[in-house]
Amino acid sequence: MTVGLSHYLTVAAVLFTIGVFGIFLNRKNVIVILMSIELLLLAVNINLVAFSSFHGDLVGQVFTLIVLTVAAAEAAIGLAIVVVYFRNRGTIDVADIDHLKG
Amino acid sequence: MTEHLNLLPLLPELTLAVGAMALLMVGIGGRDEERGELVLWLSVAVLVLAGLFVAMGEGSVTLFGGSFIVDPFARMLKLLALTGAAVALIMSRDFWRNAGGIQFEYPVLLLLATTGMLMMISANDLIALYVGLELQSLALYVVAAFKRDSSRSAEAGMKYFVLGALSSGMLLYGASLVYGFTGSTEFSQIANAAQPSGANLGLIFGLVFLLTGFAFKISAVPFHMWTPDVYEGAPSPVTAFFAAAPKIAAMALFVRVVISAFPAITGQWQQIVIFLALASMALGAFAAIGQRNIKRLMAYSSIGHMGFALVGLAAGTEQGVQGVIIYLAIYLVMTLGTFAVILSLRRDGEMVEEIDQLAGLSRTSPLMALALAVLLFSLAGIPPLAGFFAKFYVFLAAVEAGLYALAIIGVLLSVVGAYYYLRIVKLMYFDEPVKGFEPMPRPLAVVLGAAGLLIMFFFVYPSPLVAAAGTAAKSLF
Repeated sequence: MTVGLSHYLTVAAVLFTIGVFGIFLNRKNVIVILMSIELLLLAVNINLVAFSSFHGDLVGQVFTLIVLTVAAAEAAIGLAIVVVYFRNRGTIDVADIDHLKG
Repeated sequence: MTEHLNLLPLLPELTLAVGAMALLMVGIGGRDEERGELVLWLSVAVLVLAGLFVAMGEGSVTLFGGSFIVDPFARMLKLLALTGAAVALIMSRDFWRNAGGIQFEYPVLLLLATTGMLMMISANDLIALYVGLELQSLALYVVAAFKRDSSRSAEAGMKYFVLGALSSGMLLYGASLVYGFTGSTEFSQIANAAQPSGANLGLIFGLVFLLTGFAFKISAVPFHMWTPDVYEGAPSPVTAFFAAAPKIAAMALFVRVVISAFPAITGQWQQIVIFLALASMALGAFAAIGQRNIKRLMAYSSIGHMGFALVGLAAGTEQGVQGVIIYLAIYLVMTLGTFAVILSLRRDGEMVEEIDQLAGLSRTSPLMALALAVLLFSLAGIPPLAGFFAKFYVFLAAVEAGLYALAIIGVLLSVVGAYYYLRIVKLMYFDEPVKGFEPMPRPLAVVLGAAGLLIMFFFVYPSPLVAAAGTAAKSLF
């Protein structure tokens, strides 16, 4: 059996789904949400690289590099916001992020 | 390759980016309050300069191998976004002063966010789209949590970050599928590949994920859940900014992608846009009724207004896009004016956010009450105010495209929505005054007065806006 495009797409789809579920089902810790966001972006990267090699077109790989860079910036800002939040509340439990509602 | 690279069409973006970096250095020179104020006014100057450069452009140009486009559509929406950003920045001055000094990072972050918006508006390629969107979003996550000692602001930042990152992830997943199934990231080549005959499941999937991401950014139902919390928790000037410029940039992106990248499969995205429009108008009308906090109310109001703007896009015609642009322009003026009032609701050194506190405003500050009443009537869409014409153009486009049901339901929902705007007018004019507010700072008074006059007398001379929106819409087709 050869590993083809559809295998890569399946892995990426599974990773993406795990990432989305990680954000919505997780009731414990904000750090897990940050990890889930990383997972979403990595799933996209697998997709892009797979398509790029399938089409023999480099644009997909360039896109991947840009996504990686932006993901790093996003993680930095996410962690900074978590720190600000922790200083105010003394906890990063997801279940406690509920002071704003109406 | 010795192709001459002409950077002139990129001048507004370059001005903003270089300006932001230069102002960081100005700000780092000292941390006193005057420095913050200096950076704020210089930022406004940079925004105005960028606006002048935008206005000077002509014709349609593409740059960087077709990934960046400057056409009348881009110019019109860039001017709107820059106006929103500049006015929101001016309005924030007195708030931050009262909150203990203007930090110079705030105007710089807004400049960077605005750079991202201009990139989004001009994006003609999935990569440019993503980079612009992220530049805007990353700066906005930070400003939402800008009041570092307020737990509400931190929570708003957190919620905005998590849901914003999720929506970027969805959008990106859609972009990867669209790239994979069309073989290109450039809109014109996607349009060539996305023919009705070649519209396979993968491409439709990608399109749906892309639209999900856009719906998050313009806060259309069912992806609106972050909006009320973020609007309430973020510092008020930040909320004013959120309600104005980013909405315009995200809507511009939405319009450009569906019109110029997927023109051949209109049927596929039209149903989604119709659903988003209906759900947003309905939620905006009903959920706002029970709100007590005026910033939360404005959140639901903005959800509803994005629904109305989407009605124009649902038509999918040139006239529809023209309607969307007119709607956005008028929405911008109404929102900025309303936030000028919200930002001036101070009593005993504290910001007031409860709607009930507006009771009897007509007796304590009659001019402010009058201007706010005009804006609220306009938001409700009552003729002859500008808000009526905004709705008129989008519904007209929907009717001419044969979407009768959508137009009728939209009109009915705007009647429901009128209830909560008029409730505030009733509070201001017929209830007993609570206690006067502190006098309105001059920048806010100027913004409110200008917005009120523009809204009230738009019907006298509407042709410049209508003609400009027409030219802008034409360039997309």
